[in-house]
Amino acid sequence: MMAHLILRVTIKLLFAPIIIFALYVQFHGDYGPGGGFQAGVIFAAAFVLHALGFGIDETKKVLPPKVLPWLMVIGVLFYAGTGVATLLLGENFLDYDILQPDSHHHAGQHIGIILVELGVGIAVASTMLTIFYHFAGREPEIRDEDW
Amino acid sequence: MAIPGLEQLPVLPVVIPLVAAPLTLLMKPGRAPWAWATLVSWVTFVTTLLLLEGVWVNGPIEYAMGGWGAPDGMTAPLGITYYIDLANALVLTLVAGIASVVFPYAYYSVESEIDHRQTPAFYTALLICFTGLLGVTITGDAFNVFVFLEISSLSTYALVAMGARNDRRALTASFNYLVMGTIGATFFVIGIGLLYQATGTLNMLDLHQQLMGQSNRMVEAGFAFIITGIGLKLAMVPLHLWLPNAYCYAPSAISAFLAATATKVQVYIILRFMFTVFGFEFAFLDVALNAFIILGIAGMFYASFVAVFRDNVKQMLAYSSIAQIGYMLLGISFGTVDGVAASLIHVFNHALMKAALFMGVGCVVLRIGYSNFSAFNGLAKRMPWTAWGLIISGLSLVGVPLTVGFISKWKLMEAAFQTQTIIPPLLIVLLIGASSLLAAIYIGRLAYAMLLQPVPEDAEPVKEAPHLMRITMWIMVLANIWFFFQTDVTVGVATRAAQALLDTGLGYGGAY
Amino acid sequence: MDIIEFIVGRYNYWIFITLMMMGLYIVISRGNLVKTIVGLNLFQTSVFIFYISIGKIVGGTAPIIVGNYKADDSYGDGHGDGYGADATVTDHGNSGASENLHDTDGLDLPSNSLSADVPAGGEVSAASGSLHQMPETAADMASGTDAAYASVADAAAQGAEVIYTNPLPHVLILTAIVVGVATTAVGLALAVRIREAYGTIEEDELEAEDHFAEFGVPLHPEQGQGRGQGSQTQGGAA
Repeated sequence: MMAHLILRVTIKLLFAPIIIFALYVQFHGDYGPGGGFQAGVIFAAAFVLHALGFGIDETKKVLPPKVLPWLMVIGVLFYAGTGVATLLLGENFLDYDILQPDSHHHAGQHIGIILVELGVGIAVASTMLTIFYHFAGREPEIRDEDW
Repeated sequence: MAIPGLEQLPVLPVVIPLVAAPLTLLMKPGRAPWAWATLVSWVTFVTTLLLLEGVWVNGPIEYAMGGWGAPDGMTAPLGITYYIDLANALVLTLVAGIASVVFPYAYYSVESEIDHRQTPAFYTALLICFTGLLGVTITGDAFNVFVFLEISSLSTYALVAMGARNDRRALTASFNYLVMGTIGATFFVIGIGLLYQATGTLNMLDLHQQLMGQSNRMVEAGFAFIITGIGLKLAMVPLHLWLPNAYCYAPSAISAFLAATATKVQVYIILRFMFTVFGFEFAFLDVALNAFIILGIAGMFYASFVAVFRDNVKQMLAYSSIAQIGYMLLGISFGTVDGVAASLIHVFNHALMKAALFMGVGCVVLRIGYSNFSAFNGLAKRMPWTAWGLIISGLSLVGVPLTVGFISKWKLMEAAFQTQTIIPPLLIVLLIGASSLLAAIYIGRLAYAMLLQPVPEDAEPVKEAPHLMRITMWIMVLANIWFFFQTDVTVGVATRAAQALLDTGLGYGGAY
Repeated sequence: MDIIEFIVGRYNYWIFITLMMMGLYIVISRGNLVKTIVGLNLFQTSVFIFYISIGKIVGGTAPIIVGNYKADDSYGDGHGDGYGADATVTDHGNSGASENLHDTDGLDLPSNSLSADVPAGGEVSAASGSLHQMPETAADMASGTDAAYASVADAAAQGAEVIYTNPLPHVLILTAIVVGVATTAVGLALAVRIREAYGTIEEDELEAEDHFAEFGVPLHPEQGQGRGQGSQTQGGAA
């Protein structure tokens, strides 16, 4: 129980800043470097770290694997849905300008890119975690003690 | 809210399956994902038909993603554009058409071959693969080709591996496919990178403009990387080793779908890059054309010869696919309108026959459980519909009159007579005939087993395949006959498509 | 001296080619499936490096807009027109720069894209600026985001030309990296499944097992040891 004390305390300390950094990279992505891909990976990294410290079963309680397919789907639909919305509004696929047509500062572009990157971020984070859960969740044929 | 009109049509074949795919993942296993995928394939097919008609009547269509088209006074667009002329409209219609027949067919086959709980994932992957194939065909941006290529390939790896429930060799087959496919795709990216470095653009038509007159070693290297990369994905003969096992151990519906669409799309990419992007001013093109003659003929003979000795019918058909790719390369290598048209006609016709054949084998696998030759003994008595369907589409593969295979071979020979290549035309024609004989041998072997071999005595009585599978299979079989009589549909479209491809290649016609 | 310049001037290509060949060699020569994937990754990474290096311009900063960017008159007229003027620069900036470098045989040139001359770089910088139009002025942005850029922003404010690295290859390769991650994941997943189905991830053992399963005789009877031995006795029994 006390074996990984330092590790676990460190992870507890780091967990929240990593998530916040992920959100920063996510929502700052339309002004500066960043965006959905990177943010999604950072976000997933926080949970991977959690799983490394506390065991994958604990992490699965925090973020149940059942939720992940839904998140993946929501992510992709956010992205594709933005495109479909622009189509329905009568412009080309992913032509964000139509989202806020009266703007003089290309606000439509900002809204569009934030929506799309949000979708990408959700999809990437959930996909990364799905991959991790599936690899880490397998019953090892050789147990750790037998190495 | 405006209803998207016809001007939004070009993007729909990609967007519809793309949006539909994730939704499939959330459905309950069973009928729902299948019915949904089928519906999507039909809707997509309708959009591609409308596109084909639009292109036929009004000429090439350009569609700027996100409105990042060419600004005033400029020719090159800023962003990704979809560019649709007859050549890719034809391939698009083919892919969507095959999907709209194979997806309904898949139901019983998939229920028997794949874990019930995995069916939503299966149809999701299938729809993503479908999206990728359509995207590769429709896009006018060189890098976008790579992205869609990998979208379709990655889902294909997963789909092939799903055959592991029947035969664990599906896993190794899929792994080999993954390694070869990734090397191919990476070569392709290197090629695109070199072209980008030389021109500063990624749009195919703009690349053509910028490359005109450029023939330095960098562009040549880019060309070689692209052709080799696609050659790997295409299973061009020395690079074909991944294909037989991948098609053999994949679930039957996947074999039918991939054999009829995936390699066809790759042939289209080769055509697009050779003629639209590089064009005839590019001196290095001749080298590739000459290589294609040799590789095409080698493929026709080597793969047909191997096919004769296969014990597994699916594997035999997979080798036959490699041989047929040889015919397509041969058509391209003539470098004439007739040759490219013959190649496109064969792309279309071969998709019809291979889909029908693999669907027939799928029926046998469903009822008898495996696809070795022994399963086919006396099949004409046990499953007459399936057996006769297989025989008719087999005859089409050989190239017997009254089937589309005859049109393909006829057009190819006609084109061969009108061109001067490193090999005399008469010899090429004879070689085409000779390799057709090899096809006759392996199809004859199959027909012999089905018609003349006795039913094994210990064989359990089997029912004919379900109506759904039989009907969809016979749609394909009848298409094999119908398109023999309706040659103006295929030959007409393919000739004009080839004309359009070569016109951009020759530097006149409708770049912008 | 030409030889040295030839080698040193193109060091990015040498790194790319070396890595690429190492990756390809590992893919071909290693029988272990996981090592094959490692090789595949190396191979793909070399291409990422290649792409990133062709976008690099000497002295160029990260393609984030700095300096006193001002909205021109057409700004806000809908981006089709608004970007038009800049786009001209985009296209010719990029292709012009590369054409200067590569109009003759690519290998006989004294410089590569790493040492693109500054005027060309300047054009590219204008171009990259146009692709990243922002509603705020860059000064606001620089102060609002990151102090590290303040000095560059100052320089820009004093009228000096800011040179940007070409961002397009970065964007392209970001996509390729994602594809690479997906490929690796699928490949490793397959390796796991193969291990579960066969009990090994060595290619020759897999081949031997398949051969035995298909023909009922071991692939290499004379070697007769380990797994082969077991299958041989089974074969005899059958």
